[in-house]
Amino acid sequence: MKILLMGNPNVGKSVIFSRLTGVRVISSNYPGTTVSYTRGFMKIEGRDAEIIDVPGTYTLEPTSEAEEIAREMLESGDIIINVVDATNLERNLYLTLQLLERDIPVVVACNLWDDTSHCGIDINLEKLSELLGVPVIPTSGLTGQGIKELVVNLFRATSPSRTPMNRDERWAQVGNIIHQVQRIEHKHHRWYERLEDASVKPIKGGIIAVIVLAVSFMLIRFIGEHLISGVFDPFFDKLWLPVLEKISAVMGSGGLLHDIFIGKLIGGKIHFVESFGLLSSGLYIPFGMVLPYIISFYLVLSIMEDTGYLPRLAVLLDTSMHRLGLHGFAIIPTMLGFGCNVPAIMATRILESKRERFIAATLVSIAIPCASAQAMIFGLVGREGIQYVAIVYGTLFVVWVVLGLILNRIMKGRSPELLIEIPPYRFPVWNMVFYKLWQRGRGFLNEALPVILIAVLVINILFFLGVFDYIARFTAPVVTGVLGLPEESVTAIVVGFLRKDAALGMLALSSLTAKQYVVGSVVLTMFFPCMAAFVVLYRELGLKDLLKSMAIMITAALTVGGILNLIL
Amino acid sequence: MVISLNELRSGERGTIQQINGGKFLIDRLNALGIRPGKEIYKISSMFTSGPVTVQIDRTQVAIGLGMAKKIIITTDRNMA
Repeated sequence: MKILLMGNPNVGKSVIFSRLTGVRVISSNYPGTTVSYTRGFMKIEGRDAEIIDVPGTYTLEPTSEAEEIAREMLESGDIIINVVDATNLERNLYLTLQLLERDIPVVVACNLWDDTSHCGIDINLEKLSELLGVPVIPTSGLTGQGIKELVVNLFRATSPSRTPMNRDERWAQVGNIIHQVQRIEHKHHRWYERLEDASVKPIKGGIIAVIVLAVSFMLIRFIGEHLISGVFDPFFDKLWLPVLEKISAVMGSGGLLHDIFIGKLIGGKIHFVESFGLLSSGLYIPFGMVLPYIISFYLVLSIMEDTGYLPRLAVLLDTSMHRLGLHGFAIIPTMLGFGCNVPAIMATRILESKRERFIAATLVSIAIPCASAQAMIFGLVGREGIQYVAIVYGTLFVVWVVLGLILNRIMKGRSPELLIEIPPYRFPVWNMVFYKLWQRGRGFLNEALPVILIAVLVINILFFLGVFDYIARFTAPVVTGVLGLPEESVTAIVVGFLRKDAALGMLALSSLTAKQYVVGSVVLTMFFPCMAAFVVLYRELGLKDLLKSMAIMITAALTVGGILNLIL
Repeated sequence: MVISLNELRSGERGTIQQINGGKFLIDRLNALGIRPGKEIYKISSMFTSGPVTVQIDRTQVAIGLGMAKKIIITTDRNMA
């Protein structure tokens, strides 16, 4: 049996899905978090049921890709749970009526029910159920209210098979139903509603945006640095280092096995970045350098997502983003990209046109350093002085802008206009925030740890076999001639195909000047997405556009790297 | 008087009279609750060409300027 959860975007389908199946999924306070569908299973009265969290859709007339997917999935369902936003009943009922015209049983979950009373909304549920001809259950995904009743009522789901209507008839019907079941008592503006309004005004909103972004950045730095200096570094220095020193002594302080596991001794000592053994750098890079920033970045991002601030930022930035061939909503994939380019590229699906998705995905892959890359940039380039970190970020920002301007010029078509729903501000629900953080942290370790360890292992073996000397000689004209990096830096560039953190770590193996660090980190960030991002890019863009995107990346990376080498 | 949505001032209310657009645009706007007969409240607009933000019932929507020009509003504002 297949049960579909369907409803408008941002009404809490994913939260109800989690409640039903125990499969926790990522939800945020902006429309379009679920861009692909998620499935889970539950037992209902001894029977196995498959639950599918369908991407949000306003209508069955397909007006976007997510709605296209929703429409196709409708064909395969046995029962529909239509989740509606009780605080926005009128708009939500349009889809409900469309679903009731289909030949498939429906039960309506009137979600966000706990919000109705303080919004001054009174809905007569019995009457609504009678008018629609299907069960209507008040629910609250956040508190879990009504979920049991919803399950019990699944078997009472009916299909009234209403006569199909056209758009205007349907809206008239919605109006008629609303008139009979809903009473709204006017309430005065509350402080957060004033804040909602101020955040989309040009001047006040601009000031708020600057404050929000500055505070977020400072928080990320503060939490990240304190996790490193207070938790992770003490662990590695005081507990792990003595263990490694013992192992190193037992292995005789050298030889192939020693190099693979412990790495090369730097001045007779184990160095967590530069030794580059499995147990030293192989663990220190993911845990000691990147994980702290993954935690701090995603904590702040999750809060920003759940409050509902991001769509407002999209409104403020819309005009500027149009010049880059995007509209304001593209700021969401861009912000996600600062965490990891993989979900960022996937999130470009919320953009309507192919042109826009291409520009957004290409710009993210080239100019947005992921948390792994950023942690390493702060860790390595930061040692040379914070001004060099600023040059790296400044360069990437200029690249983002200039490349966007160019792509907007040369690509046919124009970017479509913004049309998005702005969700109300909500207080983040802390267990949700921490759950998302846990998911994303675990996701990082699952993805990164094996790749980093394998990369360290393979590189040590290739070093030993002298393969890199050969590649280095071969690529020297570009690496040394154009970019001004030492020949052996090509190994870092090769590793950059796999992961940015390990690659940036390898830059530390040859003693670089501050300028070379800047050039190296900019080139590593720009020239190629890591393997995981590459695969997603291929899936989202297709082969032809992927090749185009790659050509742009390589050209841009070499050009910018060359220019930096000349002017710094 | 009858004006387009972009001419409505921030903080002003009006009633949507019609949407001058194709089926696709009308479908998208309707889905967000923007349809003839509804009262609309304009929250803000940007200085030059940016989107306007409006509220219909309890839904807030940001609409690009080009689309806003196609949404025709009646207000009780005087011609002054």
